[in-house]
Amino acid sequence: MTPAAQPVTRETLTGKHTAVLDLAKIRADFPILDERIHGQRLVYLDNAATSQKPRAVIDAIRHYYEHVNANIHRGVHALSVRATEAHDAARETVRRFLNAADTREIIFVRGATEAINLVAQTFGRVHVGAGDEILITAMEHHSNIVPWQILCAEKGAHLRVAPIDDRGELDLEAFAKLIGARTRLVAVTQVSNALGTVTPLRQMIELAHGRGIPVLVDGAQATPHMAVDVQALDCDFYAFSGHKVYGPTGIGVLYGKQDLLRAMPPYQGGGDMISSVTFEKTTYNDLPYKFEAGTPDICGAIALGAALEYIDRLGMANVAAHEHELLDYATAKVGALPGVQLIGTAPVRAGVLSFVMDSVHPHDLGTILDREGVAIRTGHHCAQPVMDRFKIPATARASFAVYNTREDIDALVDGIRKAHEVFA
Amino acid sequence: MTAELGDLYQEVILEHSKAPRNFRRPAAANHEAEGYNPLCGDRCSVYIEMDGEAIKEIGFQGSGCAISRASASMMTQMVKGKTKAEAAKLFEQFHQLVTGKDEAARADELGKMAVFAGVSKFPARVKCATLAWHTMQSALEHNKKPEPVSTESAREL
Repeated sequence: MTPAAQPVTRETLTGKHTAVLDLAKIRADFPILDERIHGQRLVYLDNAATSQKPRAVIDAIRHYYEHVNANIHRGVHALSVRATEAHDAARETVRRFLNAADTREIIFVRGATEAINLVAQTFGRVHVGAGDEILITAMEHHSNIVPWQILCAEKGAHLRVAPIDDRGELDLEAFAKLIGARTRLVAVTQVSNALGTVTPLRQMIELAHGRGIPVLVDGAQATPHMAVDVQALDCDFYAFSGHKVYGPTGIGVLYGKQDLLRAMPPYQGGGDMISSVTFEKTTYNDLPYKFEAGTPDICGAIALGAALEYIDRLGMANVAAHEHELLDYATAKVGALPGVQLIGTAPVRAGVLSFVMDSVHPHDLGTILDREGVAIRTGHHCAQPVMDRFKIPATARASFAVYNTREDIDALVDGIRKAHEVFA
Repeated sequence: MTAELGDLYQEVILEHSKAPRNFRRPAAANHEAEGYNPLCGDRCSVYIEMDGEAIKEIGFQGSGCAISRASASMMTQMVKGKTKAEAAKLFEQFHQLVTGKDEAARADELGKMAVFAGVSKFPARVKCATLAWHTMQSALEHNKKPEPVSTESAREL
């Protein structure tokens, strides 16, 4: 069966766009980029772990606590109204960012991890039983593996894993074959955090929907690098973390289609998620509040809204085009270094360059680069099955954001050369 | 290379990491343990042939960074022929050295291992230096291979 959806190409992500960004101006928007690290200019290439924050976000947090702070949805006083309106506005900003149909489909959570756990513990608890299956891929982050393992252990269900090839691309045919009569949910990443692979999401969703199976998308690594349209994707759930898209830590989003969310039991019990409570019977609140028990991270949601507005002002197409240009440059430069092997060479990647060296262990490389002011991540990137697939214990990973430049890549390459000299 | 980096990656450490000593499983090993650092994925197995209280033979295998390989290699040279109690005391001294708690006093007693003093300036690398030692300690306590010892079950600060 050949899905009708077109395979993902670079053009789908960036169009034929050329970046028209004022890099100097953008870098000035991020105060932390002025930090000196061991006396060197900071070259921050650990954006897949977390991104730095623009002044617009820092100012939004400060402004909130200086001029807005109050609890939402309950006070009649002016500040409470102000806080509620700002929180509602942030939800609307998120809706626009994902192109969701309705703000009732936007649930604020702590991050992508909590979003996935929410679906596992609500949708999963109702729809997954003994002998049923959940299908993931071999390039998932631990946060899209472990919640399903917990659920499977609880229910006597089975986790199925679609394989990837030597380039780090999904084996779509094997994926299609793994969708079976007992599959209850497909949970897949849009971009691999360890390899940078962009998955053929539309085709995967079409295949799953052809069998009537809903699809959850882990968008934690995709949202910083490409425009997302949940209606065009037709995914059933979409999870992302605020701190990877220039927002603060501790805030994230679960998108879910309304009919699915309505049918799901609540996640946590508490205030704000109820309509009425007596000791005999509690009626749950409407969407999205049903899934938002307790006082939420009000400031975090508002600051996330500020981050998404910041990206919108730059233009996601511009951001994507700039980052792809950087990734091409880095792939060519780093890939050409002697003794360097790139891990993850799928033709369509986003934001991430993962590699190993013959002469230097990633951990030693990380330490030497740090002394040059270059921050990268080394280790298994919370994706141990990916490391096992490539039979390596760890990689070095450089990951990009809109404020990175070619000079940053050059500093990385110089640092790799220095490390090679020390160890060769 | 900066002075601090030079202190960390001393010539003798680089040399041991490239050509680790006792990188094998002694044929008559009767104690062993596996160590794992979940933060970086490093693995280290330590094999010991105990003769009464004495460490008659010791070897290690595994994959890891330069610091962890050199530390394991030099550790095997240092504790071979020592008693269990002496090895435990050396670990304690080594631990104080790499965490910067008692650098000067310990360096003498640790002999060659004093080259690891530079690790104390790199807190993120302390676990690399101590992985083999934790694993050796676990091996000394168990005849058979126990559950892997993790650097995360022992706080290093």
